[in-house]
Amino acid sequence: MMKFSENWLRTFVNPPLAAPALAEALTMAGVEVEALEPAAPPFDKVVVAEVLSVRKHPDADRLTVCEVEAGGDAPLAVVCGAPNVRAGMKAPLALPGARLPGGPSIKVAKVRGIESRGMLCSSKELGLNAAAAGLLALPEDAPVGTDIRKYLDLDDQVLTLKPTPNRSDCLSVHGVAREVAAVTGVTLTPLRVKPCPVRVSDRLEVKLDAPQACPRYCGRVVRGVNAKAMTPAWMVRRLERSGLRPISAVVDITNYVMLELGQPLHAFDLARLKGGIHVRFARADEKLALLNDQTPALDHRFLVIADEARAVALAGIMGGVETAVGAETRDIFLESAFFTPEVIAGKSRVLGFGSDSSYRFERGVDFAGTAAALERATQLVLEVCGGEAGAITEARADPPKREPIRLRLARVRRLLGVSLSATHAADIFRRLRFEFTAHEDVFTVTPPSYRFDLTLEEDLIEELARIHGYDNIPAATPAAPSSMLPAPETRRPHAALRELMALRDYQEIVSYSFVDEEWERDLCGNAQPIALANPIARQMGVMRSSLAGSLIACLCFNLAHRQPRVRLFELSRCFVSDDGKYAQPLRLGALACGDALPEQWGAPARRVDFYDVKADVDALLWPRTAQFEAAQHPALHPGKSAHIMIDGKTAGWLGELHPRWQQKYDLALAPVLFELDLDALAARELPACREVSKFPLVRRDLAVIVDESVGSSTLLAALQQDRPAVVTDIGVFDVYRGTGVETGKKSLAFRVLLQDTHKTLTDAEVDTAVSQLVRILQKQFDAKLR
Amino acid sequence: MQDVEAIVKEALAAFAGIDDADRLEQAKARYLGRSGALTQLLKGLSKLPAAERPAFGSRINVAKERLEAALEEQRDRIRARQLEARLTGESLDVTLPGRGPATGGIHPVTRTMERIETLFRSMGFEVADGPEIETDYYNFTALNQPENHPARSMHDTFYLADGKHLLRTHTSPIQIRYMETHRPPIKIIAPGRVYRCDYDATHSPMFHQVEGLWIDEHITFADLKGVLVDFLRRFFEREDLRVRFRPSFFPFTEPSAEIDMSFGEGWLEMGGAGMVHPNVLANVGIDAEKFQGFAFGLGPDRLAMLRYGVNDLRLFFENDLRFLKQFN
Repeated sequence: MMKFSENWLRTFVNPPLAAPALAEALTMAGVEVEALEPAAPPFDKVVVAEVLSVRKHPDADRLTVCEVEAGGDAPLAVVCGAPNVRAGMKAPLALPGARLPGGPSIKVAKVRGIESRGMLCSSKELGLNAAAAGLLALPEDAPVGTDIRKYLDLDDQVLTLKPTPNRSDCLSVHGVAREVAAVTGVTLTPLRVKPCPVRVSDRLEVKLDAPQACPRYCGRVVRGVNAKAMTPAWMVRRLERSGLRPISAVVDITNYVMLELGQPLHAFDLARLKGGIHVRFARADEKLALLNDQTPALDHRFLVIADEARAVALAGIMGGVETAVGAETRDIFLESAFFTPEVIAGKSRVLGFGSDSSYRFERGVDFAGTAAALERATQLVLEVCGGEAGAITEARADPPKREPIRLRLARVRRLLGVSLSATHAADIFRRLRFEFTAHEDVFTVTPPSYRFDLTLEEDLIEELARIHGYDNIPAATPAAPSSMLPAPETRRPHAALRELMALRDYQEIVSYSFVDEEWERDLCGNAQPIALANPIARQMGVMRSSLAGSLIACLCFNLAHRQPRVRLFELSRCFVSDDGKYAQPLRLGALACGDALPEQWGAPARRVDFYDVKADVDALLWPRTAQFEAAQHPALHPGKSAHIMIDGKTAGWLGELHPRWQQKYDLALAPVLFELDLDALAARELPACREVSKFPLVRRDLAVIVDESVGSSTLLAALQQDRPAVVTDIGVFDVYRGTGVETGKKSLAFRVLLQDTHKTLTDAEVDTAVSQLVRILQKQFDAKLR
Repeated sequence: MQDVEAIVKEALAAFAGIDDADRLEQAKARYLGRSGALTQLLKGLSKLPAAERPAFGSRINVAKERLEAALEEQRDRIRARQLEARLTGESLDVTLPGRGPATGGIHPVTRTMERIETLFRSMGFEVADGPEIETDYYNFTALNQPENHPARSMHDTFYLADGKHLLRTHTSPIQIRYMETHRPPIKIIAPGRVYRCDYDATHSPMFHQVEGLWIDEHITFADLKGVLVDFLRRFFEREDLRVRFRPSFFPFTEPSAEIDMSFGEGWLEMGGAGMVHPNVLANVGIDAEKFQGFAFGLGPDRLAMLRYGVNDLRLFFENDLRFLKQFN
């Protein structure tokens, strides 16, 4: 984020565009202007006034009557309620006819019997500062009668930029001005800084112990500084409009130059430095008390500025407390350095804090501007705080390289789909102030020291494209060889499964993939779920291995909102830890709770049960048929739960919620849930046509009594396995327990369909086939014919 | 012996007065049955002189036919009356609702993603997928964001406690995974869930993205503009929709663009896009001199919000049935 005053920017570049158009131009060139706000709300007829005399209002304790000089023919009588009003002060006066922000217009009016010809204003009344109380005291030299908007430079706008991480060159007003010049073609007025006269001979030796991390370091001594000097009003204004709070003159100046030129600076109290400067990596466990009251334990990853005795600043990030400039400081050592981005990058994450300085260094600071920024800061220090400067000590190693990049206009055309002429490209590079040579349609461009994002031909193509304007690249209809997409018929698309669930009266939900650890433990028996290191809340701490928890939570939420009948499904990835690896299968989970059917006139009310939901599972899998095996599941009622088997493999589960969880989650009714692996669910067979028999279909019913423990699907599977060829279908059509069937047993009735493709079956043939089935059941399950 | 005409007259009168099928048959028996009046006349035929027999016989036969016809007519009349009576009694209240289960529905964001898939499939984009627990390599490094790259701070990443994995912050890792196993031409979209450590009125820690990738020999930035403008206009079914591309920065595209859209007033950010960065192509072993193309990332949640007038992103993940059922 980069916030600054429009008027400040215009001291460097002044295109004939109003602020909104300027903001639009920057945004469309890739430097997004996020906000454009006036520095002060609109008001008029407010001038600098001097209070000549103050006397008590005869009829009001808290009011005074002031004689005020406002540059008119004669002093004005003004009634004032501010406690800080005093004779001799200067303050803003709203003249009759003035309109103040959010208030009525000022009129000549009697206040408790005394005529008042205006209103002395606080900064709150002018809309400058919401919290201020009392009159806004203006400096003694404020010229009486001047329009306050002009005097306080209030006809200004504040631009808030959101430069992308690659554009560190736009983290200063000067840098933005350079960009504006390139975008608008208007000339840039560079900042001219003359080297300060060297009047003291003191200097500190600087040693670069880690030259790759800090290839350039400039420093200088300034003696006899008045650290208590007032920061000039214009500087305070610019700092404030950039969102910085004024602190003290020296600190304000370093901040100001950082905003102006993008070079972070630091000032040390010279008296507290012991000997020369070393730029080195921190020692293991080295401690450094920083200006933000933190004392991080450092290690070899952190670059520090040290004197002969100890680390005094965390290089590029923050200064130390011990050597900070204070009110009593007389002599300072000013630092301006280039730290390699990779050395600063990532450190704020390790520390848990960053700074305006580290934000710039980790993105890249102009390594050719180190000394100039130091001169600029020195100039301001001498102007504001006085003192005498020493010579600049500069230590340098190899700065980052700027290799020339080859750019082919043919490549520009191929990548962008639009042609740029050599003249046009050259013009854009000139506007960007890039050094280049051109040979026919091939350019060789050397990126400037303040750009850290240009290394490839494509990077230059982007520069050309954005200055040319993305809007000026036409939208094209792609011309490419076309071919049809594959359409596998043996996989059902997810959309078809969702549609099927919707038709079976289920509502799709989308819930968070991270869930409460407790759900995993309770409902999945998962004691070691996949945990997040930095969850947003404890209840969202682990990745779900099943959709069950989310479905139940969603059920509870909707029951709380008086939805009596809840039928939900979700299709999503689940996360299963397997020996350090993570399986992430797609699953479809569903839940049904409440009445089987919506309340209606034509069907009796009945609670949804296991078999209702089982029919949904069957429908979902159809035309494949699954086997259901009684099996335990931590979430489910032990007597009402099953594994869903497809091709002999477990593909999911189905069952009623365990009464324990029903109680825990305070559910009046137990929901029925199922979950299926999508892989198994989506697979389907390609139909293969068989001959349709022209001969009559024979039906025989077969009722047997078996042990309660024998599942009907087990019987069916055995019958299917060994059925005679003429048996075309077998299904269960009745289950009976009670009179005639002893306890512990049940009667199962099968429908057997028989048919031959070549002839009509005789009774004898049918009988043979059916007795063959009976024998299977007798032999394998000790079934008795009923 | 009764006169034939008299019998016929009497029978016709009797039949006409009967409105019950059984009683009609009984009446029939009285005239045409074994001992019916006409049958009796026929039986008496032999007693007549031979010369009179044929004429009399034919009279009786004519009379029988008339009675049979009258009976049939009367039967029809009775059937018609019965049907009418039955239909009157059987009429339903057709306005009563139908019986049976209701119908559920699809989540609005899924619905939106399916719609996006349909539109892009119609242009030949295949649908790809990838894991949501990712490694640093696929989520960042392979996408030209080495460790400590400042661009990583644009994503507030969820890390797993194992210190090795993370939840993907965008669908772009699917680009890498797909290009590792496929050679150009590549033309895919990849919808899915993504995660960022951020929660307020406009951010959800889980949301959706649709990644797009088209790599071939001559796919240009102008094509990128064409495809996305086309998509947005088809999606919103508005030809007057304005779309603008604005320079931006993503480590894995160069040039990069932010896509803004406008229905008339103000611009809405719809997603990011750009030409796939040569470093990304190099990471998957595709020759960047020969092949090039674009990638984009769109936000289905935002598309759904604009399409259906939803003003709070969080509603999508709250799963209030009263909210969801509006989209069925």
